[in-house]
Amino acid sequence: MIQTDILIIGAGPTGLFTVFEAGLLKLKCHLIDALPQPGGQCSEIYPKKPIYDIPAYPEILAGDLTHKLMEQIKQFEPGFTLGERADTIDKQDDGTFIVTTNKGTKHHAKVVAIAGGLGSFEPRKPLISNIADFEDKGVEYIIKEPELYRDKKVVISGGGDSALDWAIFLSDVASEVTLIHRRNEFRGALDSVEKAQELKNLGKINIITPAEVKGIIGTDKVTGVAVEKKGEDAFIIDTDHFIPLFGLSPKLGPIGNWGLEIEKNAIKVNNALDYQTNIPGIYAIGDVNTYPGKLKLILCGFHEATLMCQSAYKRIFPDKKYVMKYTTVGGVQGFDGTKKEAPKAVVKAIQ
Amino acid sequence: MQDINIKITDRNGETHEVVAPTDMAMNLMEVVRSYELAEEGTIGICGGMAMCASCQCYVKSNHELPEMTDDEDAMLAEAFNVEDNSRLGCQIQMTPEMDGLEVELAPES
Repeated sequence: MIQTDILIIGAGPTGLFTVFEAGLLKLKCHLIDALPQPGGQCSEIYPKKPIYDIPAYPEILAGDLTHKLMEQIKQFEPGFTLGERADTIDKQDDGTFIVTTNKGTKHHAKVVAIAGGLGSFEPRKPLISNIADFEDKGVEYIIKEPELYRDKKVVISGGGDSALDWAIFLSDVASEVTLIHRRNEFRGALDSVEKAQELKNLGKINIITPAEVKGIIGTDKVTGVAVEKKGEDAFIIDTDHFIPLFGLSPKLGPIGNWGLEIEKNAIKVNNALDYQTNIPGIYAIGDVNTYPGKLKLILCGFHEATLMCQSAYKRIFPDKKYVMKYTTVGGVQGFDGTKKEAPKAVVKAIQ
Repeated sequence: MQDINIKITDRNGETHEVVAPTDMAMNLMEVVRSYELAEEGTIGICGGMAMCASCQCYVKSNHELPEMTDDEDAMLAEAFNVEDNSRLGCQIQMTPEMDGLEVELAPES
């Protein structure tokens, strides 16, 4: 079981900065995120887009902000459980918490800080009435293990990078790859689009456009999909797998069932004090929380994280005296043995 | 700067006549949020970058709308419940020309 002082759910900018503020208080952090990389929306949705309201950065790309936060927190050696979603929470008799992910990884923490943004990123599922019946029976929204498709027939739908890239990749693995998109045009890196064209010309990928998968055929597993091409009658393509790749969208998900007070799809917190939720020991910071006057801004998340850490410290060490110390005065002492501090002035007579 | 009147049909089918300012660089998605016509967290998820389709709407009036950018076009190519009159609300700026605009919010997806 993973042991930590503060378990942070969500590795976006607010979650990452929490590691820094906690580290100054000598509290260790571990982060869980459903995405395979840290950064949250900043790395998943808009890494190449500029942000203009981070104090002291007239302009910074969202991806660069993530890199700089990772650099800023590295001496506090945060742990990461990535690609897993926090599913359940159990409060122990001693007031600590055990959080278990969808893959069964258990985390034991003195305090839990939910910095989950708009929720965990889940695949967007196309509106096909019987699709739920075939999930994991030939319908996969995420490709986890490409070998699953070895010598199988595969139909992929979608028109973005992931649909293109997987169609290209699987053309060497699967016995047959069909890519279906609602438009004739694909949106992706130029390389990917050209490669897909080349593979189509070689007959290694079938591309059907403009068309949509409207139904799934099969009894206990997928045996085919019903495809509708604009202006034509539907036809059936035999396939072993149907992989819809329509991107990810955030959903509050299981956190919504943790007994926390929810309002407007966000977690209510005490903003007059410390951003604690209705369950003592569980805090919510950043875009995931709500209170009167809430603004979903990264800079507000940083502030909330800072106050939350002070409160977490008092909860963990109720009898220990502490006052906030400026980093300029106290420096930054890492858990890895490093120390950053202001250079000392010399006192020396000038002859 | 003048305010404009627009009609927004929410996801429950109820039509609201609302007043939108034209001098605050607001877009239709933000107008919907300011009047709380869709539940917070179900609209404007990407913040207005045409990178999700949570503000998709159907344009019912014959207004000449700003031309679609490649980003909006590509996003609608992957969204669900898309019709010929689908647009992303975040890409429709509130300008005096939009006075009388009538839209219906697409279902949440």
